[in-house]
Order: sequence, then C-alpha cells, then structure tokens
Amino acid sequence: MLTDWLLPILLFGALALMLIGATRRVLAWRAGRNEPVAVVAGLMAMPRRYLVDLHHVVQRDRFIANTHVATAGGFVAALALALLVHGFGVDSSILNGLILLSAAGMFVGACCIAWRRRNPPGRLSRGPWMRLPKSLLVFSTSLFLITLMTADWFPAGLVGWVFSGLLLIGLALGLAEMLVGMGWGGPMKHAFAGALHLAFHRRPQRFGGGRSTGLKPLNLTDSTLGVAKPTDFAWNQLLGFDACVQCGRCEAVCPAFAAGQPLNPKKLIQDMVVGLSGGTDAGYHGSAYPGKPVGEAKGNPGQVIVDGLVSAETLWSCTTCRACVEECPMMIEHVDAIVDMRRFLTQERGETPGAGVQVLDNLIATDNPGGLDPARRFDWAADLELPLIADVGKADVLFWISDGAFDQRSQRILRAFVAVMRAANVDFAVLGNDECDSGDVARRLGDDATFQRLARHNIEVLGRYEFNRIVTTDPHAFHVLANEYGDFGGHYRVQHHSMFINELMEQGQLNLQPKALGRVTYHDPCYLGRYNGEYESPRSVLSTLGIEVQEMTRSGYRSRCCGGGGGAPITDIPGEYRIADMRVDDARAVEAETIAVACQQCTAMLEGVVEPRPQIKDLAELVSEALVTEARA
Amino acid sequence: MLPESRSKTMASQAMKIAALVSVGQHPLSRRERRADQDARAVELALSLSPELPSLIHVGSARNESLRAYLGMGLNNLKVLNADQDVDAVPALASYLGEQALDIVLTGVRAECGEGSGLLPYAVADQLGWPIVPRIVSVVSIAGGYAEVWQALPRGQRRALRVPLPFVASVDPAAEPARQSAFGPAQRGSIDSRPCAAEPDQARANWQQHPAKPRPKRLAVAKGGTAAERMKAATAKPQGQGGQVITEGTDREKAEAILARLVAEGVVR
Ligand code: SF4
Ligand code: SF4
Repeated sequence: MLTDWLLPILLFGALALMLIGATRRVLAWRAGRNEPVAVVAGLMAMPRRYLVDLHHVVQRDRFIANTHVATAGGFVAALALALLVHGFGVDSSILNGLILLSAAGMFVGACCIAWRRRNPPGRLSRGPWMRLPKSLLVFSTSLFLITLMTADWFPAGLVGWVFSGLLLIGLALGLAEMLVGMGWGGPMKHAFAGALHLAFHRRPQRFGGGRSTGLKPLNLTDSTLGVAKPTDFAWNQLLGFDACVQCGRCEAVCPAFAAGQPLNPKKLIQDMVVGLSGGTDAGYHGSAYPGKPVGEAKGNPGQVIVDGLVSAETLWSCTTCRACVEECPMMIEHVDAIVDMRRFLTQERGETPGAGVQVLDNLIATDNPGGLDPARRFDWAADLELPLIADVGKADVLFWISDGAFDQRSQRILRAFVAVMRAANVDFAVLGNDECDSGDVARRLGDDATFQRLARHNIEVLGRYEFNRIVTTDPHAFHVLANEYGDFGGHYRVQHHSMFINELMEQGQLNLQPKALGRVTYHDPCYLGRYNGEYESPRSVLSTLGIEVQEMTRSGYRSRCCGGGGGAPITDIPGEYRIADMRVDDARAVEAETIAVACQQCTAMLEGVVEPRPQIKDLAELVSEALVTEARA
Repeated sequence: MLPESRSKTMASQAMKIAALVSVGQHPLSRRERRADQDARAVELALSLSPELPSLIHVGSARNESLRAYLGMGLNNLKVLNADQDVDAVPALASYLGEQALDIVLTGVRAECGEGSGLLPYAVADQLGWPIVPRIVSVVSIAGGYAEVWQALPRGQRRALRVPLPFVASVDPAAEPARQSAFGPAQRGSIDSRPCAAEPDQARANWQQHPAKPRPKRLAVAKGGTAAERMKAATAKPQGQGGQVITEGTDREKAEAILARLVAEGVVR
C-alpha cells in the first residue's frame, strides 16, 4: 500500500529537514558572545522548569494553559508513537490506540486555539500564527485517519487511492509546519528554541521560585562596549529571542507602548530575531512600534542594530519596569537586551538623548544627577542632628538617604522617616556627605563605567563602618545596593523602609493613632515589587494604619509603572500620553482620594499629574502623621 | 564608532586644524574634567574638516581627565610634557609653528590655574598670526580666507574675514561639545613628547590664594509699593542706542522693528 513506504519517508524526511534547520539555528545563536552555561545540569533541569516554573506564568491565562497542555502533549506523544509505528514498523494495536488518543487530544486543543483565534486580541500576531491552528487540525486529523487505516480499523470499502493520497498530503503539510517549520523559523520554532532557552537560561536563579533582576556588569575593557550587532549579545540571549511565541503579553502590559511611545517589547524581540537570522521585518504580523511603519527595518548578524533595525528612540522609551519580563511565558529578558544596546549608544557612540548627557556629566563631576555641590548633600538635615556614622562608628541601621537629599519634595519623605525611626528609638546613623548617588540612573542610561565607579566608591565607604543593615526609602537604591553591588564585592542586608516600618509595627515599637483618610489605593513601585518581590510589607503597613487598600486593576506584580524608571523622564521620548497620567487614571478608576506610594520617584511622577487628582503620600509620611507624639520630658 | 559630525560648514578640502585643550575644573566639586570652552573648540574643530583635528595639551600625559576629549571621537592627543610651573606659550608656539596648520582653536580662558585668557593672544603673537577672539562658528573657508562669526554681547554676531592661518578662541555661545563616550576615551592614545619649556619666572614670584566672591552693593530702591521695589531691583540696565516705542499704531511699531533688524543686518 502507498502508506507503507511513503509514511516512513515522510516522517524521517521531515525529521531530517528539521535537524538541518535546527543546526543552522544553533550555529546562528553560537555566533553570539561566549557565555558559559551548565549544560548537563541545565538539560536535566529543563523538564522541571517547563512543567513547574513556566507553567506558573502560563497559568495566568488558564484557557491557553489547558489548551497548550492538550495540543503540545498530544503532539509530542503522537509524534513519538507515530515514529515507532509508522517509522520503524512496530505493529501493536495498543500503540495504534495510543496514537489515536493523542491525535484526538491534539485535535481538541487545536480546536480551542482555532476558537480563540476567530477574533484575536490585538496583542496576538497574525500571519503564520493564524495558519498554525489549521496546520494543527490538519496534522491531527490526518494522523488519526491514517492510523485507523493502517491498523485496518477502517471500513475497507472506504479506503481508496484518492482518499489515502489526500490523507498523506494532509500529513505532509502538517509535518512541514510542525517539524520542518520548527527548524526553519516557523511558529513551531518556539518549541525547540523555548526548550533549550529554559535549559540554558542566562538567569537560572529565576527558576524554582527565585529571582534574578540585577543587571550584569559590563567588562569595561571589551573591544565594543555593550551590544552593537546581534552577535554582540551572549549566545543564550539570542537563543532566548528565538523562543518568543509572539503572544503579546509583554505588549499588553508595556506602559511605554500604552502611552504611544515608539516601543513594543514584542516587536523588539522579533526585530532581534530578524537581526540574528538576517532579513527584514516584513514577515512580522503583530502591532508595530507606535508611530512607526512595519516593513522598513533591515538587519543581519553583523550589522549595527541601531543603524536600520531598531531606532534608538525605541530603546530609550523603556522605563525598565520589567512588566514585560514578569509576564513573558518564555522567560525572555527584554530589559537586559535594551540596556545592553543602550550601553553601546552611550559608551561607544556618545548618543544619550535628551537631558541624559547632562545627568551623566553631572554624575561624573559631582556624584549627583543635578550637578549640585556635593558638599551640600547633607544640608537637608541641618536641623535634624542626625548621627553621622563616621562619628559614632557603628549602628544597627545605616539609613541610606539617596539623591532625595537634594530634592525638596523627597526631603519631606526623608524627614517623615526620620520621625518614625526616632519614635521607635531606632539606633541609626547616616553617611552624610560621604554618600554618593547609587548609580542606578547611570547604569540604566547605559553608562556602566560611571555606575561601577559610584558602586566601588560607595562600597569602599560602607566598608569602613559596622552596621547590621541598610534601610532606604528609595527602591532604586534598594535594588542596586541589594542586587547589583554584589558583583563588586558589596554584600549587605538591605531593607526598604516599608519592610522596616512593618517590622517596627509587628514588634509594637510604634504608638499610632490612625487618621481617617478616605479611599486609599497603593501603587507598587516596580523596583520594590517586580524587582524585589516586596508586595506584602507596604500593604501590611497600610492595614496597620487602619487603611483598607482599594486595589487598582493593575497592582502587585502587574502594577503599571509610574513612568519614572530607567532614566525615562530624563531621555523623555515623546508619546501620545504620559505614563504618569495613565497611572493616576488607574487610581481614579477605583475612586481613590489618596495614592499611597513607597518611592520618591513615583511621588515626583504622580504629583506631576495636573490637579484635580488624588493626593500622593509616601508610606513614611502616612505613618509619621499617625504617630502619637508624647510630650518630651 | 562616532556618528558623522554635525557640521554644516565643512570645508571642501581637508583643513589642518588643531585644538588646544586644558584640564578643566568643575566649579562646585573642583574635580578635574574636560574644560567646557576647550571642548567647544574641539567640537568646532570636528565640524570643520573631514580630517580629524589634532589635540594639543601642555602638561602631564598621565592626567586621565584628558581622556574625555578623546571620547569625542578622536584617536590621539599630543601632550607636550611639562611641569606645572612652566609657561605654556613658548612651548606651544614652537610646536605649532612646525605643524603647517590652518587654524588653531582654543577656549577663551582656562577653568583653573592662571585663567587670564591671555594664552591665545600670546601664542598668536609669537606665531605672528592673526587672533580672533570669541568666535562661535566658521561660516566658510575658501581662497586662503575664512569667514567666521564672532560673538558680541546680547546674542549679536559679527562676521569677520580672516586670512589663514589664524588663532581663534571659541566663545561659550558656540555649539556645545558632544558627549564624551567612555569606550573611545579609553582606547584613544595620549602621546607625550618633551618640550623645551621654561619655568614661568613672573608667576613664580606671585602669591596665590583662593578667590573670594566680593559682595556687590545693591542699588536699594526705597519707598513705593512692593511691586515697584521688585521692579527696580530686577530691572535690566538700560542699553544704549535703543528706543522705547509706546506711541503709534501696530504697523508703525512693526516698521520700526523691521528697520532696526535691517540696520543690524539680521534681515536683509
Ligand atoms: S516576548 Fe514573551 S511575552 Fe512577549 S510576545 Fe514574546 S513570548 Fe510573548
Ligand atoms: S520594561 Fe516596561 S517599559 Fe520596558 S519594554 Fe518592558 S514593559 Fe515596556
């Protein structure tokens, strides 16, 4: 019969083509910078990462999670069994029965996908991705019927040349999509690249419930600083780009995209794919960068990315809020890629946009972004008589002031926090003028040299004193001190003031008389929440103050950025809306009268929204207002 | 790796241009840096010729803050090795005289040290070249002459025609210097060569102490309402040659303004 000899040819032929394509793909990734990975351990960990860690993220969309289990599980099982039965000629009715079951499961999954794609939301890509459910249906149906036929479970009269010919064509089409497409860049590429990406992820700490959010240090003696060409990425970053399924979840949460700035994280990743494989973005069928046409971008592995593939504006629009990374089911690291390319723009080209140049020059010359007199950093506390650690030598808490010292609004937060610490008799001290900018902004503007200089300086200063922990009201400094100074030898126990105040409250150290505040919502700062997983302490502080938080639709790990991170207010790439306005609209939607914040940058951004709007209060201010002040003896 | 220069006035043939650069000092932190005016001179030099200008410094080749000039996209900086106490003028003049240059650019005055602003004059004098102080741009270079714009107070400009070669100091109103990029700054080379520099005898006898800002006497306006006193305190000194027109129709006022603009050469 026709099927007897044609089936093995089809199966093995498709497999061979897939392997050739896959090899080419692997070589394209390996053109990237070397980055050592634990090969065996990674491969061993892969199934667990897939079934547990990845499932956690995918599970946020239950429908698609279940659909994927049916389709992918059905496909893998059906293919493996079909290879045994049709490829190697193992004749077993049990195996045949299992093929039928798997193909049926796959069919059901494919039907659900097709259903979902009748009228797909804007975040989903079209083009080949619209074809995929059809291919899945054709493949599963053909395999099902062919198996019935070869197992002689079919009414004999129905089997004819034409019919079996049609089935074989169907199967061939299905195999072309599923196997050949996997190796040669079709939608199914995600299965093969995705699996390897999980195995060789650049941040293995993210699996097993961990977190890894600090940027990687740049080697300042590299021949090109940062990423100019696709091959300047680490090879496993390139692999990661190829894992993208174009689900657009990143696009849906990106504040810059929503504000109409020329950034779409999904398109960015797809452009990286264009860069690593060579070609144009004409084959992209998703949403564009707002305000930019699709089809004009060109790239190849050896071409400088910002010269024709991705515009610099796109890279500077990002607030580094990490919403995309948090949401991506394929665990792709958009922020790393964006900062890598910014490093090239700043450190090789000298093309930091907007006020970025001024800010970096100021940081270089005065260790603060405003270019203010470094000898006046500590002036804000002239009347507070704060203990300098240089005088007292050691303390339980080292209070890290941050650049808020130079900003009048932030000083109110700092003073409020001092009042809280004094009320609880905390043993604390400060660095005074010896403290420098943490380096957060310099690093995110791509100037890793300045970041590293500031980090080393601060680490050296901190190393002179004895303290148990660092507490700061600035989540950016918190992140940098806790997660990025380690690479330079600075290891500290760092707490954000929300965590610290919460501890004081739990220990009953604060005598509080909460005031009525009306409806209050809480805005999670990106660098506290997504970067450091701290969602609970601020909420518990608020509830101790007797506040019932009216949660915004986007809160917790899905919190929308205020627009203030990553140097975005400095580079100031124009869009249609302002991100801060959109965030205040979120608060208006829950009729909040007060937005509780936990970051001076968020305060500045949200207070920049025109009135009438909810009032903005930092946690420290709310707590200090509720303090019962005893008459001093 | 740097983008093409932002020049609008690139000369047709390659010009040989040198920029004299000094070690600057940040006014608040006192930290060494690239001097702002000298950096503007380098920026202007970069815009004038497809050939990279040469950078020249008298002092120590070990000063890392000089690298910030290289970060503007230059490969090389030449240091005439000299101690702190030497007079830079003869060293510069004898070196520049050997180089067959067309234009030498500098800042108006240094950010630290003597900072008298005399160096460009003294160098030009020793070379026997013309000196044009405070230029903001070079409009054209042709037939052995350059047309330059000189900055005058209140944003006015004066067009001057200067024969090559000449020395010019660059006004702070000129195009700001481009960002200095860390990579090229680190990779550029700093070559030093000895120079026959004499200690500055005159300066050796000076006594130096930090400048103190002298209090300025304010013309205090007494009496009147608060608004009037405010106005008196913030009023600009009256310029000469101006005219305040309060009478007449809008058309007459507009014509007066136009006549003035034509007279100043802003409108032709
Ligand atoms: S980058 Fe991740 S979230 Fe974005 S489209 Fe690709 S797979 Fe989806
Ligand atoms: S980090 Fe935030 S702003 Fe940047 S691409 Fe991701 S979602 Fe968009």
